[in-house]
Amino acid sequence: MKPAGFTYHRPATVDDAVAVLAEVNPAGKVLAGGQSLVPLLSMRLAAPEHLVDINRLSSLAYVRVGDDGGSVTVGALARHADVERDAAAYAVLPLLRDTLRHVAHPTIRNRGTTVGSIAHADPSGEMTAVLALLEGTVTLRSTGGERTVAARDFFTGPMSTCADAGELVTSVTFPVPEGRTGAVWTEVARRHGDYAVCGTGVVVTLDDDLRVAGARAAYISVAPEPVVIDLTEAVAGEMVDDADWPAAGRLAAGRLDPGDDIHATAAYRSHLAEVLTTRALREAAGRASVAA
Amino acid sequence: MTTAAFGEPIARLEDPRLLTGQGRFLDDIGHQALAAAFVRSPHAHARIVDIDVSAAVDVEGLVAVYTHEDLDGRVGEPLPLLIPHAALTHGRTAYALAKDEVNHVGEPIVMVVATDRYVAEDVCDRIVVTYDFLPPVVGIEAARSAELLVHDDVPGNVSAHLVQSRGDVEAALAGAPHVLELDLDIERSASTPLEGKGVHARWDADDASLRVYTSTQASTSVRAALAARLELPLDRVEVIAPDVGGGFGVKIVHPWPEEVVVPWAAIRLGREVKWTEDRREHFVGATHERGQLQHVEVGFDDDGRLLGLDVTVWHDNGAYTPYGIIVPIVTTTQLLGPYKPEAYRAEFFSLYTNTVTVTPYRGAGRPQGCFAMERTMDAVAAYLGLDRTVVRERNFIRPDEMPYDHGLIFQDGRPLIYDSGDYPATLEKLKKLVGWDEFEAFRAEARAAGRRVGIGIACYVEGTGVGPYEGGWVKVETDGTVVAATGLTTQGQGHKTAFAQVVASELGVPVERVQVTTGDTRRFGYAVGTFASRAAVMSGNALASAARKVRDKALRIAGEALEADPRDLEIVDGVVRVVGSPPSAPGSSIPLATVAVLANPLRYAFDREAERATQFGGPVDYSKPPVAEGDSPGLEDTGYYSPPRSTFANGMHAAIVETDPDTAEITILRYCVVHDCGRLINPRIVEGQIHGGVAQGVGGALYERMVYDDAGQLLNASFMDFLMPYATEVPVVETDHLETPSPLNPLGIKGAGEAGVIPGSAVLASAISDAEGFAITRMPISPSDLFSLRLAQESR
Repeated sequence: MKPAGFTYHRPATVDDAVAVLAEVNPAGKVLAGGQSLVPLLSMRLAAPEHLVDINRLSSLAYVRVGDDGGSVTVGALARHADVERDAAAYAVLPLLRDTLRHVAHPTIRNRGTTVGSIAHADPSGEMTAVLALLEGTVTLRSTGGERTVAARDFFTGPMSTCADAGELVTSVTFPVPEGRTGAVWTEVARRHGDYAVCGTGVVVTLDDDLRVAGARAAYISVAPEPVVIDLTEAVAGEMVDDADWPAAGRLAAGRLDPGDDIHATAAYRSHLAEVLTTRALREAAGRASVAA
Repeated sequence: MTTAAFGEPIARLEDPRLLTGQGRFLDDIGHQALAAAFVRSPHAHARIVDIDVSAAVDVEGLVAVYTHEDLDGRVGEPLPLLIPHAALTHGRTAYALAKDEVNHVGEPIVMVVATDRYVAEDVCDRIVVTYDFLPPVVGIEAARSAELLVHDDVPGNVSAHLVQSRGDVEAALAGAPHVLELDLDIERSASTPLEGKGVHARWDADDASLRVYTSTQASTSVRAALAARLELPLDRVEVIAPDVGGGFGVKIVHPWPEEVVVPWAAIRLGREVKWTEDRREHFVGATHERGQLQHVEVGFDDDGRLLGLDVTVWHDNGAYTPYGIIVPIVTTTQLLGPYKPEAYRAEFFSLYTNTVTVTPYRGAGRPQGCFAMERTMDAVAAYLGLDRTVVRERNFIRPDEMPYDHGLIFQDGRPLIYDSGDYPATLEKLKKLVGWDEFEAFRAEARAAGRRVGIGIACYVEGTGVGPYEGGWVKVETDGTVVAATGLTTQGQGHKTAFAQVVASELGVPVERVQVTTGDTRRFGYAVGTFASRAAVMSGNALASAARKVRDKALRIAGEALEADPRDLEIVDGVVRVVGSPPSAPGSSIPLATVAVLANPLRYAFDREAERATQFGGPVDYSKPPVAEGDSPGLEDTGYYSPPRSTFANGMHAAIVETDPDTAEITILRYCVVHDCGRLINPRIVEGQIHGGVAQGVGGALYERMVYDDAGQLLNASFMDFLMPYATEVPVVETDHLETPSPLNPLGIKGAGEAGVIPGSAVLASAISDAEGFAITRMPISPSDLFSLRLAQESR
């Protein structure tokens, strides 16, 4: 388990980084926390000719809450642990910390980056689904300039995004849901910290009369890419305690078509999607009803 | 200073070194060595048509490429079948490098030696092996049906078929008021030690000698095997097990292919060569265990007493049988546990499959046997509507029936006779510890809250301390340090502490003064190895014997010096003194260190102690030779222990689980263990052994499986997909002990190493069955499995 040979680059600035990526395009691969990439290299499942280490790009090591408190932007060198511990981000968007607690283990979160996991686009990666759920955006830089892409356009399949090999994902932005909302992440994993067998993040929005105005959920491990389902129709206009949350769970499960793998059958995954959706929506609605 | 040693829960002496990164494991040795890497078969069953290395030969740093054709002399022969057995009529072993055919994914075909491992792996990537595919036999059903064969010359894929019985089972079943049949299934798992295998070899051409470091459980036997294979005199081969990061059985197998060809290459190249197994290699290049299908027929009376028990086991031995048929023999003999069915018959078929070879993993067949027996006990109880502990209690061998002869032959070829144990008392302690009689109240309370809980129980008896023997050597140095050595190896069990406690107690010295070496053939050449929960029993008693001899000699010499009768002397805190005399009373005591000086008359004074020992140093009786006839210089001796047969430890586990009615997640709420391994050398170490065993038992019950597809590819050959439990999955283990001394050895101890793992699948299947209301017959079980079982139950 030793990687094949590669040329190692360690740029000092973002400009240098995108210049190297352009120069070696399409043979370059960005190394940030390395928690996914390094095992892939060691097992020779990936053998890029050029590795561009961005760990010196300290300008990207940030977690920033937007001026209006309406969003959280995470730079490419912010570790999961940085995002998890950021008090300001937690204050406006507790879902980030709540979800990050399910991302692997503390030692991995100390190294792994949130942006890296999103750029890696593993269909089991929690933060991909959170970004999709919140209708967030991804900012990419290249020598040609900067562009911002909506999450729904960014993810194009398992481990696949619209990013070009010459582009560096510099940040992602998680919008804070507007109105009276509650958000919850829940998942079932075989062991604590494992990739989930099924996981879901939900946002429930209530109107001024505390009736359900909106409900949507995003899923991991049950689709090739993070999938967002609007479940409002099953519960719209109902008081939190009267809403038919199981109907929303069934609606969600009906829209998903998970596969079998060595850890779980497709039927079990569908069942979990239904059960977890129901649980998460009910809890999120409860949170929304006590929200300011 | 610690004076009381035997039986004290002292902290492990090796821990400060290991926990501060001072350990010296295989990969810490020989940084300048050449690195070996292997091209392994990516196919489960194939003929090798061609091996093309032409694209590899110009890689910079390549030193050598070897295939089977290059292996000269005995190195090219099939590896030894370590434990032959009359019933193993079709034993087969692999070649060190595959010859013509491969029989499982991971079988080594080509060895590459290069300047470092990176280069070696680059070379491996460029070697092209052409195969003729053969259809693989995967899984016990396929092996049993024998539509395809693993080895052309092994009919039915059967390596061994063995029947053992006592009494007339057919008549017993025919006459029994009630008969039940069970079909059971246990999947594969593996030892998966933290450190994989590894070998470092250094040939000294001037001395014509070979030194090999290997991550093994049996260094003396590796040495003998290498001397035989490499055709070297035994005294020109040294084998040392450095710090070893866990074994759990897999490292008792030897010599591994790599253990032969790495030293062979070192000799051939005249260079140090090292190979460190990586995790992916370990999954397919080491060995697995556990996989069995079982059919049980049990006849019993209205009280649940077993009249007849007939068990058939189909055991998956994988591609080869280097370790013989120990695992199915242990399953079919240890299955009986603490019970005494009036008639018993056990039959097994050991079957070849095109998957990784099966050899003992902690528990070594017992978890499967325990599963069969304990599922049977639960089935009997359910059928009769009796409490599960009542049925068990009624079938126990009573303490006054000890020693109890089952009339069968155990894995050591000796009669299966239990030496001691108090099973009713063990059960009573367990029921109290877990609150067995109060559980229904808890269940009702949980049910009212919408929760689903269940309780399970499982009992086992474990044959430990199998022979043939171990030895120990003890020496008192002239500075008062006591050095001791035993030939068996250590893999993290805390042997160096436990053995120091034994020696310290026998000698009367502080335990910190005793330094123990294990697994180094330079220090002790006669040994068998560490397996079958035997180290404490075997080397413990051997070292005690050696220490007693040293003590006798010390008392004799001290008696001469003090002009006292040795029978009036004792050794306390490293000082020999007249019994009961105050410390350092003039003329009535002498430090053991001084006795060591007196024991070795010298000519040359090279330090202060030696000065006192020279023949011109002090008062000398010139009428006698300096070393008496029949005596030897120094304060040292050697002792051996060879048991008449195994000694049988026992234990019982109870678990309370919760199963989520919606998600089918399984949570262990409590896990209780009552354990009897005779006298405890160090209760803390025994406790640790139990905790580790339980962790592996939980792994085997709820998480770990080897997932092979129909093509014989192992789909989960990484720690991402092979689910060893984390600390978060292992329950707090509540323990209680009984101490029923073994009458078979002077220290009265029984083995404890494997105990914790044995009833894991049985007790958790029992608890989950109790929670769910239907019988679990296949382990391990995942939430997805439980969900499927629930659906099947609903549609019934």
